[in-house]
Amino acid sequence: MSSEGFTINRRQLGLLGAGFTAAAAGLGAIPDLIPRAKAASAVPETGPIKVGILHSLSGTMAISEAPLKDVMLMLIAQQNAKGGVMGRQLQPVVVDPASNWPLFAEKAKQLLSIDKVAAVFGCWTSVSRKSVLPVFEELNGILLYPVQYEGQECSRNVFYTGAAPNQQAIPAVDYLMNQVGVKRWVLEGTDYVYPRTTNKILEAYLKSKGIALADIMINYTPFGYSDWQSEVARIKGFGSAGKKTGVVSTINGDANVPFYKELGNQGIKATDIPVVAFSVGEQELAGIDTKPLVGHLAAWNYFESVDTPLNKEVVAAFQKSVDSDKRVFNDPMEAHYIGFNMWVKAVEKAETTEHDAVIDAMIGVAYPNLTGDFSTMMPNHHLTKPVLIGEVQGNGQFNIVWQTPGLVVAQPWSPYLPESKDLIGDWLPPMACGSYDVVVGKCLGKHKA
Amino acid sequence: MFGGSTGGRSRPHLIRGLVVAALLALVLALPAAARVGNDPFTDIAATNFDLVAHGVQQLAVSGSPRAAAVISALRDGHLFASRWPRPDAPLYIRTTDGFVDARTGLKVAALAPVNLRLVIVADSVRAAIDTAEAALDLFSKDTAARQSAANALFQSADAGALPLIERALTTEHDAAVRRVLREAQAAALLKSGTGSSSARLAAVRNVAARADLSVRSLLSSLQGQPPAVAAAIGVAIQHIDRRLQLWGLAEDVYYGLSLGAVLLLAATGLAITFGVMGVINMAHGEMVMIGAYTTFVVQQLIVSFAPALDDVGLLLAVPTAFLVAGGLGVVIERTLIRFLYGRPLETLLATWGLSLILQQAVRSIFGPTNQDVSSPAWMSGSVALGGLTLTVNRLWIILFAALVLGALMATLRWGGLGRSIRAVTQNRRMAAVMGIRTPLIDALTFGLGSGIAGMAGVALSQIDNVSPNLGQNYIIDSFLVVVLGGVGNLWGTLFAAMALGVVDKFVEPFEGAVLAKILVLVFLILFIQRRPQGLFPLKGRAAEA
Repeated sequence: MSSEGFTINRRQLGLLGAGFTAAAAGLGAIPDLIPRAKAASAVPETGPIKVGILHSLSGTMAISEAPLKDVMLMLIAQQNAKGGVMGRQLQPVVVDPASNWPLFAEKAKQLLSIDKVAAVFGCWTSVSRKSVLPVFEELNGILLYPVQYEGQECSRNVFYTGAAPNQQAIPAVDYLMNQVGVKRWVLEGTDYVYPRTTNKILEAYLKSKGIALADIMINYTPFGYSDWQSEVARIKGFGSAGKKTGVVSTINGDANVPFYKELGNQGIKATDIPVVAFSVGEQELAGIDTKPLVGHLAAWNYFESVDTPLNKEVVAAFQKSVDSDKRVFNDPMEAHYIGFNMWVKAVEKAETTEHDAVIDAMIGVAYPNLTGDFSTMMPNHHLTKPVLIGEVQGNGQFNIVWQTPGLVVAQPWSPYLPESKDLIGDWLPPMACGSYDVVVGKCLGKHKA
Repeated sequence: MFGGSTGGRSRPHLIRGLVVAALLALVLALPAAARVGNDPFTDIAATNFDLVAHGVQQLAVSGSPRAAAVISALRDGHLFASRWPRPDAPLYIRTTDGFVDARTGLKVAALAPVNLRLVIVADSVRAAIDTAEAALDLFSKDTAARQSAANALFQSADAGALPLIERALTTEHDAAVRRVLREAQAAALLKSGTGSSSARLAAVRNVAARADLSVRSLLSSLQGQPPAVAAAIGVAIQHIDRRLQLWGLAEDVYYGLSLGAVLLLAATGLAITFGVMGVINMAHGEMVMIGAYTTFVVQQLIVSFAPALDDVGLLLAVPTAFLVAGGLGVVIERTLIRFLYGRPLETLLATWGLSLILQQAVRSIFGPTNQDVSSPAWMSGSVALGGLTLTVNRLWIILFAALVLGALMATLRWGGLGRSIRAVTQNRRMAAVMGIRTPLIDALTFGLGSGIAGMAGVALSQIDNVSPNLGQNYIIDSFLVVVLGGVGNLWGTLFAAMALGVVDKFVEPFEGAVLAKILVLVFLILFIQRRPQGLFPLKGRAAEA
């Protein structure tokens, strides 16, 4: 019942995550249930190419994940209309893991060993990703994961098409620091792993920029928190020290609306204390009263309001494919758009759907993103991305007020945390390692098999 | 920031880059004050936010008759510029029937949307708009408008507004507005960093009289003052901090009471179904949720059929939610609960299953996304009371909770239904012998509890998300309140809700919201260990029934 209580719990739920990962690993250890890696990687070389879609269509995560399935179906249909891949048609295999983390692992296993899909597009929360990770590594599958996350991971079998922390959080803080002139910082988050990891990184980053400890306030609230009176009063008090104050919000999904409402009711405007959020996007704003949010900021790698012809074309095609002009397009959907097209190019380059060949071929593939650049798949299995800052508008869309001058290369291992500052991920030979310690000169994780 | 590879990425940046390049010499060569040669409309048509903000400021003080119309069009997103840079920098205001020229107010020939660009309002521009509107309102006929304008000028503490404030002071007659204007003047003076030491000291004394957070913020931002002024500022800040500390206590009590009122609203219905009838009703939260969705539906109907009633829609939703949730409660009692009396475990399982069914039903009908329940104007904002900021929506909810509890108590005490309910709970068989139709009373009691939960949903729709999960966030708290207060005792429910709220809000500033919640739960466990009957156990025969 606990997981029913929160709606858009992205990424991971700490202990639960660890628990389910352990559970999934436990399942993986039962030899009879698991065909060996060889069997799974034997993707059929004739007939239609199967593509797995692993997004929750029911339960609490359906609100965020179901639209990603719609995008995938549209992309596959478009590709088939163009003649498929290597002359073979694509066939989507849609499964519903029902917002249930262990079920993600079971469904992933089914996709890889029974359906023998060439690639899987899926997961939203980090806990679901951690749950399927052992399955993909064991069966040597390919997962394209489209959501921004906390980093500190770099698997050979996963392509992270969402943002790493340095592609969202750090540039957003830079924006507040340099463009808005913020000198005092409130790091406000929901109490689970993603905000805690992100805030740990941000705190270290702010300190490295010479911000005094007294000018940083870190607060955590429970999931689905709605009584923001004292928290907002504290922020107000903290902001009355005569220095420009800004809030960096890793508040999760549902708790955001009461938070912004309380800010509005207590008379704090975006011009007084701006809030930059990492979890508020077009999908979250759809169908809520955005008046109290107007002027506050969000940091993403894509906004639907991006003014490029390609973006307009893709959004229009999506709305046509779901037969509703009210549906919105958001950052993870763009990530799937890029990821899918990269996978198509990689398969064509490798001239096979065989997993090892495609994994190697993915690195270095570049594809136009919807903001007008080319995103490239780097050897650390993350994309280069622009970072955009948008202001919430009354219509639930964002005005882009700033963007990074160029594309940002992902750092999955944060250089600001002592435990990961020497690590890099590089899946090209000779390193071929997801967690390579550059000081010791040794791979701490698995080498390429 | 706009150079390099981003230059060609998207249109605003391209144009912004061009404009910046074109204006670079001008901007760099001349200090900001010398840029007034530029007409403010041209600045507003620029794509650089600083220029737009500057243009708005200039327009407001220019005395142009078009100022008010242009600034409000900019705020509301009706102001358009040319998509391509043009030397004459045209600006258009979109009206219901086409476009007018912003400079002249004359209608212009039909424009192709492809050549137009909405003038974007960023935060810096919005701040300028606020100040500008305040400046324009300063000479309004309405005293309240002048007062809030003066307040806005105080908040912005903009040195550029000094001449304007002085002009307003010569014409202003209302004493209250004059006082705020003087404070605004003092704030602007302090911020400008000019003026003699004695003038600054007077200004510090002047603003320190307000002694609120915005003054504290203003005073502590002042740097490089003469020693005497700096000392006065230090004293003033200390004075403000002492005062705010005292008010802070009162504020915590208010926050606690308002959280208590929310808990009370959520728990009152349960105090009937669980407290009086003894039904472990896990679907109670869903009744609250259905009340919130009823509010949404009522608002939608009003928007479509009677937009004039928009402001009172919420009031109409209260009885509607009571009837809808209450009616559903009666149906549930007749079809499910009545077969399970005296079997608490089965009741628990059945009502929990019911709660899942109701949630999924709502999810299927309304979709999984949150629904947009708007707050009427009379429920937004806050009122200042001494050093307290009381949010209006919370005030209404406290009042509403008191009314609901009062009405319920009155019904139980004096109403015919209330008498029957008490009779049936005290001695069911005797009540039946006296001619009370106990099955009907059971159904009505359950309906009453559910209906009250529905009314709670109306209030919660104002402070929480209207989503299928709404009820689940309150079910645990509701049970806690009822059990802590003593099952079957409404005064206990009231006291428990308020105690939980106040304790929670007093712990929160010290320990954070997460630990506060945990500490409250630990405290509850210990308390229930000591006193399993709750705060106010029923005494006498009713306790054994």
